[in-house]
Amino acid sequence: MATDPYHAADVGAYLAAQSAKPLVRVITCGSVDDGKSTLIGRLLYDSKQVFDDQLSALTADSKRVGTQGANLDFALLVDGLSAEREQGITIDVAYRFLSTPRAKLIIADCPGHEQYTRNMVTGASTADAAIVLVDARKGVLTQTRRHSYLVHLLGIRHVVLAVNKMDLVGFDQTVFDAICADYAAFAASIGIETVITVPISGLGGDNIMVRSPNTPWFAGPPLLETLESLDVSADTAGRAFRMPVQWVNRPDQDFRGFAGQVASGSIAPGDAVRVLPSGRTTQIARIVTADGDLDMAEAGQSITLSFTDNVDCARGDVIAAAGDPPQVADQFEATLVWMDATPLLPGRSYLLKLGTQTVAVSIQPPKYTVNVNTLEQLAARTLDLNAIGVAAITTARPIVFEPYADSRTLGGFILIDRATHATVAAGMIHFALRRSQNLHLQASAITRADHAAQKGQQAKVLWLTGLSGAGKSTIADLVEQRLHAAGRHSFLLDGDNVRHRLNKDLGFSDTDRIENIRRVGEVARLMTDAGLIVITAFISPFRAERQLVREMMAPGEFWEIHIDTPLAEAERRDVKGLYKKARSGALANFTGIDSPYEAPEAPEIRVDTTAMSAEAAADLIVARLLAEDRG
Amino acid sequence: MTLTHLQRLEAESIHILREVVAEVERPVMLYSIGKDSSVMLHLALKAFYPAPLPFPLLHIASGWDFQAMLAHRDTMVATHGLDLIVQHNDEAAAAGINPFDTPTPLYTRLMLTDMLKAALDAGRYDAAFGGGRRDEEKARAKERIFSFRNPDHVWDPRNQRPEVWNLYNSHKAKGDSIRVFPLSNWTELDIWQYIEAENIPIVPLYLAAERPTVTRDGMILMVDDDRMALRPGETVTHRAIRFRTLGCYPLSGAAESSAASLPQVIQEMLVSTASERLGRAVDHDPTASMEKKKAEGYF
Repeated sequence: MATDPYHAADVGAYLAAQSAKPLVRVITCGSVDDGKSTLIGRLLYDSKQVFDDQLSALTADSKRVGTQGANLDFALLVDGLSAEREQGITIDVAYRFLSTPRAKLIIADCPGHEQYTRNMVTGASTADAAIVLVDARKGVLTQTRRHSYLVHLLGIRHVVLAVNKMDLVGFDQTVFDAICADYAAFAASIGIETVITVPISGLGGDNIMVRSPNTPWFAGPPLLETLESLDVSADTAGRAFRMPVQWVNRPDQDFRGFAGQVASGSIAPGDAVRVLPSGRTTQIARIVTADGDLDMAEAGQSITLSFTDNVDCARGDVIAAAGDPPQVADQFEATLVWMDATPLLPGRSYLLKLGTQTVAVSIQPPKYTVNVNTLEQLAARTLDLNAIGVAAITTARPIVFEPYADSRTLGGFILIDRATHATVAAGMIHFALRRSQNLHLQASAITRADHAAQKGQQAKVLWLTGLSGAGKSTIADLVEQRLHAAGRHSFLLDGDNVRHRLNKDLGFSDTDRIENIRRVGEVARLMTDAGLIVITAFISPFRAERQLVREMMAPGEFWEIHIDTPLAEAERRDVKGLYKKARSGALANFTGIDSPYEAPEAPEIRVDTTAMSAEAAADLIVARLLAEDRG
Repeated sequence: MTLTHLQRLEAESIHILREVVAEVERPVMLYSIGKDSSVMLHLALKAFYPAPLPFPLLHIASGWDFQAMLAHRDTMVATHGLDLIVQHNDEAAAAGINPFDTPTPLYTRLMLTDMLKAALDAGRYDAAFGGGRRDEEKARAKERIFSFRNPDHVWDPRNQRPEVWNLYNSHKAKGDSIRVFPLSNWTELDIWQYIEAENIPIVPLYLAAERPTVTRDGMILMVDDDRMALRPGETVTHRAIRFRTLGCYPLSGAAESSAASLPQVIQEMLVSTASERLGRAVDHDPTASMEKKKAEGYF
């Protein structure tokens, strides 16, 4: 059987043929029970990629837990987790590998259940093609539309509509045609240009590997042949050169290389490049690999570049074609797919990772969310698990990017929760917002250092945090009196005062508390620019916001001071009578009662008010500050 | 020019290796000396060239490794100036735990799983590279490239982070660690093709040769040293054998084979009707046992 690649006599020729095969990454999606796992099991089985021992396990499993009577239950080949077998559903993405005479396939088998949409996005983000399965008896369902929308949103180039379980509708062409027409109308409405359609039966193997005699009316190729012949050549090759820098390779004084994977375009020694966001230009000296220097490298390759001169370049920078660099900005509009059970908190600081750049960001309230069933744009104040919405994002410093439509690498990002470290969203940049591109910070001739030097001090933010009634305002006031007496220039920002004026539009919801602290942080920053010692007294209950303010300041300029009073003690004192009100239900969202307080993990100073008087606390803080000022 | 299949896999793995080194504090590479480990080490040497490997290798030695594996390990360490840590459960060995008399699950846990956890804790490693592939086993097929473990090294398959594009989130809570699988998207055939194409040194036991063997419990075992006591009726026979996977010699089943070169091995693999893990006693437990073992911290 010399023509059968599985029994190739000439291994050398076989290997050569193997290496020339395209690699096609495919995702399967569709509603639960549409037969995705069965289809993949069938593909593996019919292409003889199930080993004897796996087959005997499958036979035994089919008898024990299968759903197909005396027949093999192919879904059991792929549903591997015990919880999946118990419930007969697919929970998480499974990656399956298929080698055919014409191609190598990596198939991401994605869950159909709505609560696992994030796993579906996981599989879709790297796919070249999507098989959208529809049950012939049920037609296009909510989840079919949701997944198709995601497939298009993520930029998957090829969509294959597989109408499954045709055996259960008697291989009726009118059923197939009606579903295809229904789906085509929906696909066109969301911008999918072409859809390939195949009538199949995963259970019977119809039109999977070979054309089925049960569908003489179907003229197209079977599913596998369709997948094998998709054009998956990189569409990044013709574009301008970009490489995010992953790691600086500096083994000794003589070599400094920048390691990364080429996102688009090609590069050769002598090429002029620009390092972004700094914008400095230089030339490529060498393309270093362990197999020797290269004359040229292109999209997809992981390489190490060295420059002809000593231009500063670090992880997070992007090396780009000097004449055609990507944009740099700090405000964007993007589509977000929310992937976490905790909803988006507008204004809260999240980490954004795009390429090798990681930067703090805050998200505006969404412009709208998309109802993927009706494609309606709905007003929204937040994004819940699995919601898809469009929002403006502000980054703490400018980042290098391209629209997602132009580059998955420089346009796709994840958001990370700073407290739980979870990946909470996947995002796709549309464009930079104009106000970001046209608004440049004005550089002043007199610097912040000049202001501080004139006052004979170092600017500082003394950020007092603690429960209501802990004693923050009292201690803050004493600290300021002592600083004033010592001839220091200071200013006290008090929570209640700020809320009466600057922030009188804000309430006490989590979102408003976050905005309150953000604004106070900005005011404190302006005051440190003026060289002042700023003392603040805010409950500031969330770690994330205190961290946000810390990052606004220069290193060492922000001192977190925890005025630590146990809740019982603060409630006993109840200086303003607020705890009583909160306990009676007359005051909602009160920190410590029905709203959390996240104590600092490593404050610069901790004051235990049960062991220290307010005067002693103020002395301690001022002594520390003056000691550093002198030092 | 479009990258070939192997070039794409190589570039992806190098990207993963570099991301980990750039983002975590104390990475380590699990080095089991098998074919996957050999490919992973080769990729790592490429990823950081011309710098030396920016992390140590960790070998969990059960005390029952094939002698040829230890020799290969030491050659690789000497050739590339690698920083190698060897961890062995002296206590369990002294107590008489051995693969012949101890039930396999207990032996594996004491000599391998517990030692691995202890070594990772002792080194305060926050990320450990492993050579696992998604085509090996059903539980593996579901695992992310960055796979998080809690401070007790437990894997929770129902609570995996979404892993979109090639953006890996390495942020973790104190005490958590990450198992990283740079070879996730490789298949067994890819591994052999790459070994052949790149001329990667491997333990000679993967190639067929005449070796002393006994047949026991339906498996062909190789008599690697004189600690292997023969049971009544057993005789040592010299046979042409090779291994598809390597572990502890009393637990690794060999296959009769005449494939003495890499092309022959690949050809043999292509016509094989048995899966790679068939020869591993450790995997012959009930369905989903790998998932359970992984939940307990097995790599």
